[in-house]
Amino acid sequence: MKPSRLNACGEWVLDRFPLASLWKDHMTHYYAPKNFNFWYFFGSLALLVLVNQFLTGILLTMNYKPDAKLAFDSVEYIMRDVSWGWLVRYMHSTGASAFFIVVYLHMFRGIMYGSFKQPRELIWIFGMLIFVALMAEAFMGYLLPWGQMSYWGAQVIISLFSAIPVIGDDLSLWIRGDYVVSDATLNRFFAFHVIAVPLVLVMLVFMHIVALHEVGSNNPDGIDIKKVKDKDGVPLDGIPFHPYYTVKDIAGVGVFLIFFATIIFYMPEMGGYFLEHANFIPADPMKTPEHIAPLWYFTPFYAILRAIPDKFAGVIGMGGAIVVLFLLPWLDRNPVRSIRYRGGIYKKALALFVISFIALGYLGTQPATPVMTNVARVFTAIYFGFFLLMPIYTRWEKTKPVPERVTAELSLEEQFPAFIEAFEEITEVAPEPVDDGQHHAFRSTFFSRRPNPEGIRNVTTRLAKKLKESLD
Amino acid sequence: MNNEGVDQSKRQFLTTALTVVGAVGTGYLAVPFLSQMQPSVKTMAAGAPVEVDISKMETGQLLRVAWRGKPVWVLNRTPEVLATLKTLDPELRDPQSLESLQPENSKNPVRSIKPEIFVAVGLCTHLGCSPTFRPEVSPPDLGDKWKGGFFCPCHGSWFDLAGRVYSGVPAPTNLEIPPYRYVTDTLIIVGEPAEGERA
Repeated sequence: MKPSRLNACGEWVLDRFPLASLWKDHMTHYYAPKNFNFWYFFGSLALLVLVNQFLTGILLTMNYKPDAKLAFDSVEYIMRDVSWGWLVRYMHSTGASAFFIVVYLHMFRGIMYGSFKQPRELIWIFGMLIFVALMAEAFMGYLLPWGQMSYWGAQVIISLFSAIPVIGDDLSLWIRGDYVVSDATLNRFFAFHVIAVPLVLVMLVFMHIVALHEVGSNNPDGIDIKKVKDKDGVPLDGIPFHPYYTVKDIAGVGVFLIFFATIIFYMPEMGGYFLEHANFIPADPMKTPEHIAPLWYFTPFYAILRAIPDKFAGVIGMGGAIVVLFLLPWLDRNPVRSIRYRGGIYKKALALFVISFIALGYLGTQPATPVMTNVARVFTAIYFGFFLLMPIYTRWEKTKPVPERVTAELSLEEQFPAFIEAFEEITEVAPEPVDDGQHHAFRSTFFSRRPNPEGIRNVTTRLAKKLKESLD
Repeated sequence: MNNEGVDQSKRQFLTTALTVVGAVGTGYLAVPFLSQMQPSVKTMAAGAPVEVDISKMETGQLLRVAWRGKPVWVLNRTPEVLATLKTLDPELRDPQSLESLQPENSKNPVRSIKPEIFVAVGLCTHLGCSPTFRPEVSPPDLGDKWKGGFFCPCHGSWFDLAGRVYSGVPAPTNLEIPPYRYVTDTLIIVGEPAEGERA
């Protein structure tokens, strides 16, 4: 058969660019463990949100004006007069929060299944750098609407640098380009937000994935699937990333988009958590809003800053809360990766850490009353205790034997009978009411059941026992 | 690579020399690049002094004016306030303003040239929020210890009505007092030092 022109074109490219081998190495012959669960959606979702931020960001730049006199009005112009401008703006602002939700869950997955441990330390470091770049990107982007929160948030965060001894004041002056947050600051933050940090982010994401594909993905069992291979050198517990995980991730994307669209269309401000109310007032350098708080994704670190009653120590504490995360691969001395086979002491420590992180996040949104500040101090101590005591308590840990091959989890479908059984136990069939000849079949099933106190007690006790066992 | 007949020491010298020259060149280029982000000449020139007419101020009243883009407060203090200020010393971090920023003629317990007229930069010395003016004594939200002052809503720092910081709050020093002078008894210029003071 004579090769078609299209084929010839394809050949021409393939002779000059390794497209086929790239596709093969990173998609069809990249073997990922077959036991990925719910937690493994968030990496690809983060990529999706990154693309969303780029596309909507480019569109917003077309109508936004980085000028202290024009910025606030240009955002309102986008919201009211640009065709579909409101949608693009809300996709961008909701995308920022979605990015942090997805990234926090992605990081928690890494901590839970020990994905940061040897040989994946560098993946974790690149990931942490992405997290830091993302925080810078979000912070600088939040100044651009030039509302009250934009202005005073930037004022507070830039002033953090002035706490550094000797060079602090000059450094914060250099960052602002003025003695106060002003037009110069807005303009340079625009440049960083739109050009510099996105470039850095893309490079870091690239390195994050290159490093991942070099050593291979971890999995919920935390075992190395490359140890058991078939005669062709393919891991027995691995499946090709494409089509298996590309298709699976599409399902995850579908579910994610349901939540994402619901927020965009029905609650774009998320009650002041995604877009703060005070930011709908133009920046006023003469007056700080009564209650200022950063956006929700910074509040855990903000609460740590406020909990420490000294300017420099507070800044160190806030920065240290991020720096300790970088050190995680060297703080955790236990070779067992997955939480499934680790000792009770680590499970309890991790549970405490999650509670304190969420509690700090809540406290950071609240006014700094003396009681709240003291509570924040306790949680700050737990936060740092989790990391800094790790070299000690991970040595005491009594771990469980790690399996040779990955284990299968029950699918949702397989769990249905257990759910139905539990439902039947916590309810009882209500006495049949006087039969009026109607709705009979209907009443005899689901709606005729009433709560059964004893059943509820039994099921709760069993659940509590199970929970306690799983923490040992 | 075939290294036969290669003068290794010459190659090493050239490599080192190129590295050094390259590093110096990068260093030179870094100066204009980094200086670009310093405040521009126009920005530095924009700090013109502002005049404040205090002839119509009532006692207890606070005026806010903008100087160099910062809020500057002018407060007309009542005799009761001045009396209270004297009793606060034990609760303050720097009652004598030894570590705080102010012109020499305001380095006194009431931190002003004339005791009743208080002038200060209205930015918290912690992280630069503008504190709220709360002249009332013992309001429910701040408690009995509050004798009137400035409360920073951002991180909960307390200042008295002379801008002096309480101890046990995040702000490290007293509020900054800008250079200012009296042109007449009722006209202040903020941003110009009084005669005999350094700028």
